[in-house]
Amino acid sequence: MAWQFSPNRPIYQQIVDEIEMRILNGTYEGGMRLPSVRDLALLAAVNPNTMQRALAELENMGLVATQRNSGRTVTTDAEAVSRARAEKASALIETFLLQMKTLGLERSEVLGLLAKEGPKEEEHGCNS
Amino acid sequence: MDAILEVRGLTKRYGATIALNNVSLTLPRGKIVGLLGPNGSGKTTMLKIVAGLLTPTSGVALADGKVVGPETKSVISFLPERTYLPDWMTVVDCLDYFEDFYTDFDRKRAVEMLNRLSVPADRKMRALSKGTREKVQLVLVMSRRAKLYLLDEPIGGVDPATRDYILDTIIGNYDSEATILISTHLIADVEKVLDEFVFLKEGIVTMHDTTDNVREAQGKSVDELFREVFRC
Repeated sequence: MAWQFSPNRPIYQQIVDEIEMRILNGTYEGGMRLPSVRDLALLAAVNPNTMQRALAELENMGLVATQRNSGRTVTTDAEAVSRARAEKASALIETFLLQMKTLGLERSEVLGLLAKEGPKEEEHGCNS
Repeated sequence: MDAILEVRGLTKRYGATIALNNVSLTLPRGKIVGLLGPNGSGKTTMLKIVAGLLTPTSGVALADGKVVGPETKSVISFLPERTYLPDWMTVVDCLDYFEDFYTDFDRKRAVEMLNRLSVPADRKMRALSKGTREKVQLVLVMSRRAKLYLLDEPIGGVDPATRDYILDTIIGNYDSEATILISTHLIADVEKVLDEFVFLKEGIVTMHDTTDNVREAQGKSVDELFREVFRC
């Protein structure tokens, strides 16, 4: 199944987000060997150059490491992963707060709503 | 590395009609490039000149550093809009034919792809459906180890599933040294496999950029941009 991309952002960035998410939620475990650029490109139905660029970006972020002669693996650096997760979380929260503001809700009101929402259910919105 | 294709001041007239009007264009190696424009914008004329099938009225086209001519046919693999394989040939005959003509033809690769598509090898071309004939032609063209592939509307006449397969074939056979120039007006379907795109409008190149740049700078897809630029 080809991955879905939105029209308003570069595709390589969307691939970075997708693979980052898979690493952060554990779908891609630490030390796991990633498929080759070509196979990943076929999987996502994108240009291999685009996939290459996305993987280089993930390497810069410290989430993926290149092994000599054996392709790329997911980082085993748990600290790097939790740092990336924290960053991602605050970015998502910021977006969320902005949306709430647009909706006309003050920060304190949002917090109140969240507290009410909190213990009700454990929701998992990530796609595997 | 030098450019795989360089076109300078290319003009082609058909009588009073100007199909290409002073087009200059340079394409790097190792990229997938979309040649995008509405019907009648000069896409096919452009590809045919680069393929060495049409002589320009003026201007010059260089492929792999050489003026386009009989010599450059060995580095260019061209998929025309219509198949030219004689209908009395079987699929195997077509393989022989390509093997005789092109030293860079990889028969093993072609056979693998045809098997995967379940194309009956002993069948005559005339006994195959239009879509299947197009697949055979594409497989043959993509099985050459060329430096420049010119694909004229490779996804024009096929169903969406086959379209996906064709794009997969293009991605899967893509070699990082080669450049693929794909002409189409079905932009949404090919956009995600393109590194760069060229807009052709009434024989003039109106834009040449990377797809990432458009999304980054304008926050929209090439498809959306196309609809704005070419609004009727």
